[in-house]
Amino acid sequence: MSGCPFGHTGEAPDAVTGAAPGRFSRRGLLSLAGIGGAGAVAGMAAGFLGHDAVASAAPSEPRPTLIPFHGEHQAGITTPAQDRLHMAAFDVTTDDREDLIQLLKDWTAAAEAMTAGHATGATGAVDGPYDAPPEDTGEALDLDAGKLTLTFGFGAGLFEKDGKARFGLAGRRPDALIDLPHFPGDDLDPARSGGDLVVQACADDPQVAVHAIRNLARIGFGKVRVRWSQLGFGRTSSTSRSQVTPRNLFGFKDGTNNPKAEDTELLGQHIWATGGARQGEAWMAGGSYLVARRIRMHIEIWDRTSLREQEGLIGRTKRTGAPLSGGEEFTAPDFAIKGKDGQPLMPMDSHVRLAHPSQNDGVRMLRRGYNYTDGSDGLGHLDAGLFFIAFVKDPRTHYVPMQMAMAKGDTLALEYLKHTGSGLFAVPPGTKPGGFIGEGLFE
Amino acid sequence: MPGSLPKFRSFGSARKAITVLAAATALPLSMSACAVQQKPADAVDGVIQVSSTKDECKVSADSAASGSLTFAVKNEGSEVTEFYLLAEDGLRIIGEAENIGPGLSRNLVVTVPAGKYTTACKPGMQGDGIRAAFEVKESGSKSTADADLKKLLDAGTQQYAAYVKHQTEQLVAGTKDFAAAYAAGDAATARQLYAATRMHWERIEPVAESFGDLDPKLDAREADLEPGQKWTGWHRAEKDLFPPAGYTALTAAERSAIAKQLVADTEELGKRTRNVEITADKLGNGAKELLDEVATGKVTGEEEIWSHTDLWDFQANVDGARIAFESLKPVLEKKDAALSKTLETRFSALQAELDKHAKGDSFTYYDKLSKEQIQQLAAHVDSLGEPLSKLTAAVVL
Repeated sequence: MSGCPFGHTGEAPDAVTGAAPGRFSRRGLLSLAGIGGAGAVAGMAAGFLGHDAVASAAPSEPRPTLIPFHGEHQAGITTPAQDRLHMAAFDVTTDDREDLIQLLKDWTAAAEAMTAGHATGATGAVDGPYDAPPEDTGEALDLDAGKLTLTFGFGAGLFEKDGKARFGLAGRRPDALIDLPHFPGDDLDPARSGGDLVVQACADDPQVAVHAIRNLARIGFGKVRVRWSQLGFGRTSSTSRSQVTPRNLFGFKDGTNNPKAEDTELLGQHIWATGGARQGEAWMAGGSYLVARRIRMHIEIWDRTSLREQEGLIGRTKRTGAPLSGGEEFTAPDFAIKGKDGQPLMPMDSHVRLAHPSQNDGVRMLRRGYNYTDGSDGLGHLDAGLFFIAFVKDPRTHYVPMQMAMAKGDTLALEYLKHTGSGLFAVPPGTKPGGFIGEGLFE
Repeated sequence: MPGSLPKFRSFGSARKAITVLAAATALPLSMSACAVQQKPADAVDGVIQVSSTKDECKVSADSAASGSLTFAVKNEGSEVTEFYLLAEDGLRIIGEAENIGPGLSRNLVVTVPAGKYTTACKPGMQGDGIRAAFEVKESGSKSTADADLKKLLDAGTQQYAAYVKHQTEQLVAGTKDFAAAYAAGDAATARQLYAATRMHWERIEPVAESFGDLDPKLDAREADLEPGQKWTGWHRAEKDLFPPAGYTALTAAERSAIAKQLVADTEELGKRTRNVEITADKLGNGAKELLDEVATGKVTGEEEIWSHTDLWDFQANVDGARIAFESLKPVLEKKDAALSKTLETRFSALQAELDKHAKGDSFTYYDKLSKEQIQQLAAHVDSLGEPLSKLTAAVVL
């Protein structure tokens, strides 16, 4: 058998900085276990690499490819937004609490492996018995981890169904995990909405993200089934000052005013959930709430709109992203400054004005959305738009009021957007080595 | 609806009939503009850099050849600025780029015949501005005299204003008949009048929708409502007249109230449309917006989900767009004959496709159309919508 347990150590990237290029084989967990787990690999790698690695790393500018899975908060929230997304929501089909807990443990193990750049299962994609189906599906062999993060969340349906508590979780559904209200103009497809569990897979390589969801779905057969899944081909937000603000399918920079990973105080105020008001929701401390909205953009209609109208609807210039009140991309918009017609330079119905914290009781959300295209709408148009993802401390204060205001008053939303899918999920805090996703919920 | 805010976005501002849509061709032109920077001479390729500061209005050229000119205006001051190209008399506005915030750039594209002109930056939007002479030399490219075009545009906008007035009057009269039948419980008559009366609304939808408070009261669909919002208007009656299974009918008193409100709101709309100022750019944009409405609401069957009378609305939107186009056609033929011909052809093709589903004054109900038929209609809508979106710039620049 070719699986030399130390074969990868010389190439393993540093877990944080990725000082070495991340080309190494995706072996099963068995090979890792043999040398004491991922932490040891990272430590050894650093030791092995020594100053030679520094010398050789400089000219080739290697990219960091690993994002640690464990931490106080789950990865994939303030992690600098990766380029690609695959998100899937699952219905839990089992009614057995132990089955559910086992699934979360299995998913945790698989997530630890895949985010470290390894295959799932003890024997991976090619190192198992010749007469058995491989444990890992294999399409990520030869690929590095691509900064894969896997972020897990719980939908309302996990806690109760038809008015009855599930899995012995009576009283554990956080108050903030509401049923979202109907927003004006919503045209939600039930087959693209809801779900008991959600997994957000983000990576710089779409194949890595799809591989992760596919393998988690496979592990879950018999306990969960995929309810909906969504690919995002390009990030639309920056979550770190190290990133350039990308553009959405309207061609405008999106997420300029996002709180960034560096803004720790803001994150505490607006993104990270607290233990709540009741004992039963204490497990959410350090978690967050994930709002997912599939927003179809009428891009064909948009493209027929003058640049004047486009900029007025957004409230920013298309070229630089500066607010129409002047300055550069990161200049704060001046909502008071008026033009010669007496109207504000930032139009009253502009998207930036309506979404701005100053118009929304100062609340912030961390947006982490992705551009998508999903084939055609059957009428000769691309089914394309924004798969909106936001993380907030409490959707009752940090999402619903703002979305209600925009659904009513944002001409952009009224004329060019249609919400076709929706989900709200409680994202538990991060996991420690030896723990499992959301374990606090089951204590 | 869908969309309850003003689509005729520029109704409030007092622009000249020949409004210059500043940004339309911004990118490619201004990219090539780097070549002529800091050469205060002829603007050979037609791009002139303008830098507006607190006390200066630097124009990279003081002359250009006649035809299409692009002024790339950058506000390098700290106040909101404007840039004007004025006629020799220093009064008549040939083109303007207004409301440029500090640090921002905006292009002014304007077609000018040979002659003497004045450029002016107006930092702070006050006073006469910082002026300089600007000469446009004869390039030999033919352009119709400004005054002739203006006359044609004025005739076009007047023609369209008359159309709006006529449609509004018919809408008010028709709504009264509909409301009377509906309130009296004569559902058969009300159903018959429903789609035909709404056509008057749909023909002038961009104007009708420009009143942000009336539009939701008159035309909100159930899905457009926010929690707690009172549902009134056409679609409230629609659901009652074409009820889905399991629906509880409104009482006579409720019907009366809906009918009364519908008439009152429509009369208010009629009053307000009299004060709407129609300009060429609004006309052109209005035509485009009517096709947008078809593409997002009618061809998808979302507008009339209970009555399925979407094709009536479809026809009415196309009518309105065609009238707007025809009002501008005399100017368009002088400025872009090829576009005029394309639009003519595509309007006819779309109409021919719609005619396949017409039966006298009626149409096939949307839910009786096959998928292929809907796809055909959608294809014709897009094939017209794309060139129609170029109408405004072609006419007013």
